Order: sequence, then structure tokens, then C-alpha cells
Amino acid sequence: MSTPILPAAAAAAAVEPVDEPRRTRRRGPRRPVATTILYVLLILLALVVILPLVWMVVTSFKTDADAIRNPYSLPSPLSLDAYRTLAGGQQPILLWLWNSFAAATLQTLLILVTASMGAYALARLDFAGKKVIFGLIISTLLVPPVVFLIPNYLIVQNLGWLDTILAITVPGAAGAFGIFFLRQFFVGLPVEIEEAARIDGAGDLRIFLQVVLPLARPALATLAVLSFLNNWNDFLWPVYVLLSPENMTLQPGLSMLQGAYRTHFAIVMAGAVVASVPVLVLFGIAQRQIVESVTGAAVKG
Amino acid sequence: MRSTVTDSTATAAVAPRQTAGGRGASRAGGPARRRRRTLTAYLFLAPFLVLFTTFVLAPAVYGLWISLTDWSPFRDVQSFIGLKNYADLFTSGSTTHDDFWQSMGATGIFVVASVPLLVVIPLLVAVLLNQRIRAATTFRTIFFAPYVLGVAVVGLVWGYVLDTQSGILNHLLHSIGIRGDIPWTVDTPWVWVSLVGVTVWWTAGLNTVIFLAGLKGINAELYEAAALDGAGAVRSFFAVTLPGLRPVMLFITTTTVLASANMFGQSYLLTVGGPGNATRTAIMYIADQGLSQNNMAPAAAMSYVLFAFLAVVSIVNFRLQRERVEKGVTR
Repeated sequence: MSTPILPAAAAAAAVEPVDEPRRTRRRGPRRPVATTILYVLLILLALVVILPLVWMVVTSFKTDADAIRNPYSLPSPLSLDAYRTLAGGQQPILLWLWNSFAAATLQTLLILVTASMGAYALARLDFAGKKVIFGLIISTLLVPPVVFLIPNYLIVQNLGWLDTILAITVPGAAGAFGIFFLRQFFVGLPVEIEEAARIDGAGDLRIFLQVVLPLARPALATLAVLSFLNNWNDFLWPVYVLLSPENMTLQPGLSMLQGAYRTHFAIVMAGAVVASVPVLVLFGIAQRQIVESVTGAAVKG
Repeated sequence: MRSTVTDSTATAAVAPRQTAGGRGASRAGGPARRRRRTLTAYLFLAPFLVLFTTFVLAPAVYGLWISLTDWSPFRDVQSFIGLKNYADLFTSGSTTHDDFWQSMGATGIFVVASVPLLVVIPLLVAVLLNQRIRAATTFRTIFFAPYVLGVAVVGLVWGYVLDTQSGILNHLLHSIGIRGDIPWTVDTPWVWVSLVGVTVWWTAGLNTVIFLAGLKGINAELYEAAALDGAGAVRSFFAVTLPGLRPVMLFITTTTVLASANMFGQSYLLTVGGPGNATRTAIMYIADQGLSQNNMAPAAAMSYVLFAFLAVVSIVNFRLQRERVEKGVTR
């Protein structure tokens, strides 16, 4: 799994309900008992969702002995042992953290550049073969990723990219989601702004760089966040294409940690914290964009 | 070009989502200009097309070719053997037959067990969140949060929650009097309970926010009309909410079936495919055969068989639900 690559046919099938949240709230008087039950239910659910994460953080600040003896008390004493052991241990987790950052950033940049240029052509330019190309791109949204697994492994191997950062950045940037997502946005931009620039004598490149891209900033930001999350959390592919410990990213690295520190709860949870804090922070900052982008495809088509 | 400005402004006022394609006629110049425009467009598309051709189109064809050969990474020349790899998959007693279909079965069990929960629970939670309540956004954020975590984190955290001897869940069960350590990640049927439960915890938030967006699109007047007719909360859920959600329901069932059928990390991390190979999913088996055991040709064939299965399931689901969507509209 990873950030959703949304099948286009299904997305297209889900038609557009109205965007008027105000009117759609149910009216009528609320009974206090019902309201109380509602809040109790929601709070219980929220606890179920959040407790494993709280437990992860709390355990990571315990000593090994404390973690085993008192699984659900607060850490006493508060200990950074787990993080110290991790940082100085056999498993180069700081290197993995850096590799994850580098790979996610590189792939995001690659997607932003290639998808925005391609999406501009598909949304705004007329040319021979446009329908065929767009159709090809869209149809691959429906193909399960496992179909590409073995041939792409061989392609990456032939390129000499196995066990390098290129293996976990370049092939993943070829997906159809980015270009599909940006094309939808570009198509919705008013044409007049572009026409005005054209009258001023601007060519396609200038219009793209100085008119369309600045207007697309929100869409680019959303795509950047989704791409970053997607790459950061990718699991299956890096498990198989990264071989040496020093080239790993956090996701395959964590599964090695689990093997190395089998019964050391605190250390493994510290590893999990290191891998989740960056994405949870990103989610905190960009949650509206993330939630809207995943619902947008379903509700608006 | 210039003469079209007023034109396109006028049409844009009527249809603001006017695309470049719609302006095609007005921009058609001589063949030379046309060629130049096509060249420009392809220059814009070139970087993406290079990636797309190398890592999407080429592997799709290459994978098909591999599946028709006796591919071995230890040989330089691979020979074409037609559909033998596919035939083997459908011949009982072949080296791959039993294990492959067991893994398909495991994937099937997981889809059947997880999809209903991943549809019903998010639907109910979305209905709760759609009531007039304070802090609805905060709840939404909390429910969605696990979804942004990677499966490795999910596997690590739940691996310790569910550990038979020292896991916090069995510990908790002890303290309320349930002894007899439950083998959450080592024995059936508990492994399935764990895999499904963990997946619901991890991804239910995604479907919840999608349902919630769908609920906000249902016209409030329909609820008022239902209330005037004397319908209670349950009646109006079945008479207004469910019909209103049909398009969203189609989207969610399709994407959820595909996501569950592609399950890999949960089994890989929590149960390591065990006990025996009971929870080794199709993706896990294909990746193992193709990338660890060097059985690339049979593995490539398996990936296409799985693809065909998923395509059929998606089409059937789409057909069934679209009919209902259309009936719902005409009624």
C-alpha cells in the first residue's frame, strides 16, 4: 500500500454531488442523550485509533527493563537509551533516515517537473496523438503494480541501478497519477489569462513557467506532499532492490531492526517513531490538502 | 489567434471548464504551424514519456515476454516456450500450481474478510461525523492519521501489541481475566483476525473521509422530506443516505478490493506468511518466486493471471453497481 493511486474509471464513475456543505447538515433539534452517546462513541473510536501510536512513543522513552515490566505505565525514569542505542548501534538508522529523505525529495522533484510539463501539454496544447497518449497513461492507472515488479527489477538491474538511490526514485516517478492529477487541475484554469499572455507575445514555455505554474501552486504543493508520503512509505520495492544496509531507506530498514532487536521493545519502537514523525508532521501541516485530494477523485470524478 | 480572444471569453463564461481541445479549430494554422505545435507539445511531454516508456510501457510488454520464456538470470539466451508457464499454473502437480493457488486463496480470504469491514465501519463512522458536532475536523484528522504511516511502522507497532508472550494485548486480556495467551500472529484463525484488524486500523480512515465527502453531497432537503413522511433515522439512512452514496460506494468497493488484493506488507511483517504458508498472499508469493528464487518466468505469468482476476472482479463489481446507480437515477 501507499498513497492511493486512484483507478480512473472508478473515479470517473463517481459523479459530482453538490459542494454545499452548509445545506447538507442535518437540521432539527438534538436530543442531549443522543448527543452524549455520539460523543462517547467518537471518543472511544479516537482512542482505539490513537492509543497504539501513543504506546509506540511512550515505549520508545523507556528502558528495556521498564518496557517489559510495566507495558502500560508512563516511562519511569524517562530514558533516551533506546534512541542512543539506535544511533550508535549496528543498524545505521541515521543513514536510513537520510536515504529516505533524499529518495523522497528526489522523486518528488522528478514527478513535479515531468508531470507538470506533460500535464500542460495534455491540458493546453493541441497536437497529433494526444488522445492516444492520454488514453495510454490513463489505462495504466488500472494495472496492479505487481505486473511491473519483475520486468522493472530486470530493467533496473540492466541499468546497473540495483542497490542505488536511482532504483527507488526514478522508476516510481513514471506513474500516471501525477500527470493525471495535474492535468485535471490545468484543464480547470481559466483560458483567458493564458490568452492575454499570448497576446503579449509570450511563447508556450514562458506561459507555462510564468503563468500556469504560479497559478498551479496549490496543486503542485498537494502533489508534492502525496509524492513524498508515497515514496517515504514505499515498502515492497525497496525491500527487493536495496541490498546493503548502508543503502537502505527506513521502511526496509525497520523490518531489519525487528529482526536485530527481537525482544527490545523500546529500541524497535524508537525506530518506528523515527520513521513516523516526519510523515505525521507533514500530515499535520498539509492535512487539508491530503484529505481533499483523496476525496476529490472519488467525489468529483 | 488574436481574433479568438473575445470568442473564448464568451464561451468561457458559459463553460469555465473549457479545455484547450475545444479551441482546436480556431488555432488551426497551416501545416507548418501545426507541425511546430506538435513538436512543442512533444518537447513538453518528452521527460515524462521517457520515464513512462522505460518503466511502465516497456515493462508491461517485457513482463509478458518473460512469461512466455523459460527465463533464467544465469543464462544469456532465453528461449520462447509459448504458454507453458501459464499452462503449468493451471495443471495440478506442477511445481508452481499448489503454492500459487494457495497464495491466491490466502489473498481471497483476506479480500472477503477485510472488504466488508473496510466499507461498513467507515460508512458508520462517516455518518457519525456528519452529525452536527463540535470538533468534527479533529475527529476526522485522528481517524485518518494512521493512513499516512508506512506499513513497516504499522507492522512494528502491531507486532508488539499482538506478540503472544509479551504483547500488550494479551497482557491486557490477562488483566481482565482472559488467560490462555492468544496466538495473534502465529496461529489460525487468529492470524486472519490480526491481519484484518490491523488493516482496518491502518486504512479505514481513508474510506471514512471519502464517505464523509459523499455524505456532504446529499441534498439536505431529501432528509427533510423523509422526516416529513415520518421516517426515523434508520429509515432515512436506507431511503436517503445509501441511495445518495451509490456512486461513492462503487468507487470505494472497487479501490478497497484492489487494495486488499494487493496486500503484502502486513503478512510480510506480522505473520511472515505463516503459519505454514497460510497467510502468504499472491503478491508475497510472486515477489518471492520472481525476485528471491529466480523463478522469474513463472512469477511473471502469475502476475498476469492475478491481473486478469482483478480485472474480472472490478468489471463485475462495476457492472453490478452501475446498474443500481442508473436505476437509482431514473427512479
